[in-house]
Amino acid sequence: MERHVLIVFPHPDDESYTVSGTAAYHLHNGTPVTYACLTMGQLGRNLGNPPFANRVTLPTVRRGELEASCAAIGITDVRALGFHDKMIEFEDRELLDGKLRELIEELNPSLILTFHPEYSVHPDHDACGAAVVRVVEAMKPKDRPKVHVVAFAKGHERALGPADVHVDITLFLEQKIGSIKAHKSQFHTDPVFEGLPAHHPTIRERFASEKFWTYKFDTHPKK
Amino acid sequence: MLPIQPQAVQELLDKLKNQELYLHLELTNGAYTFEKDRSKLVASNLIRNVKVSYSNGSISGVGPYRVGLKMPEGWIYAEGLTHYEETEPERAILAGNDNDGKLVVSLMLSPEPF
Repeated sequence: MERHVLIVFPHPDDESYTVSGTAAYHLHNGTPVTYACLTMGQLGRNLGNPPFANRVTLPTVRRGELEASCAAIGITDVRALGFHDKMIEFEDRELLDGKLRELIEELNPSLILTFHPEYSVHPDHDACGAAVVRVVEAMKPKDRPKVHVVAFAKGHERALGPADVHVDITLFLEQKIGSIKAHKSQFHTDPVFEGLPAHHPTIRERFASEKFWTYKFDTHPKK
Repeated sequence: MLPIQPQAVQELLDKLKNQELYLHLELTNGAYTFEKDRSKLVASNLIRNVKVSYSNGSISGVGPYRVGLKMPEGWIYAEGLTHYEETEPERAILAGNDNDGKLVVSLMLSPEPF
């Protein structure tokens, strides 16, 4: 059982397909879960046809969806870190790493869930994973939390090998579907929107497992 | 947002001319473009909250629309605009959204930073 799980992703909705079931599983075990979301996804492209939002109102819409997603999963500690969408790789590293370091010091997580720093497609995803890795790598090896990363860029399995952590979330499909549905501005073509129940074979086959790679750190702290 | 009504946008562009404004100009085809189709190039740009002032601004075309703004020493231009925010009389909020409802281009001007 984990002591505290910290999820670090750059956009509201990054949690849905990747870790929502795993988060629900840890919460069910009594482990506190904190979700640190780096941006409000203010440059998201989906505004709808006809539009339901514009460039100015989108972050408010997405904040509401983030809260609804976390409510569906059961996460009560959500931290919006206030960075700008798409700019994570260009952000002042001292500021970015400093915010993450503060969070880790405050929460003392035993497990961090984030993106792989190279195989996560979106530049913000990679930069988010890279920041987590930098901060954890700078810690003494005995103090480091485990870091489990999500990867999905083409060629990731060739580079990383098969995922080494598989979480069976069959019991937490409701939470996962709830999280996906909460981000209705972002996901609208998924079969979950066709009214299939959480335990429908199609849903179960697609969503019942969440997989991660354990990030392998050097044994000596980096300066 | 509503489909652009050119006269309404033109009136707004006239109202905003010759004053200091904050510009948001963005063009994007989406971060997942290459992942979905390897023959495509992911390209985008963003200028956000840069101060500008223009002396002549107009909307052109029959839809999607173009907007050009003439500044003392240069130009601001956007093509592919389809929608405007009709509830914002003090600032210009224009977007080009594709048929899937995804933003491709955004041009916004405001006396206050975005």
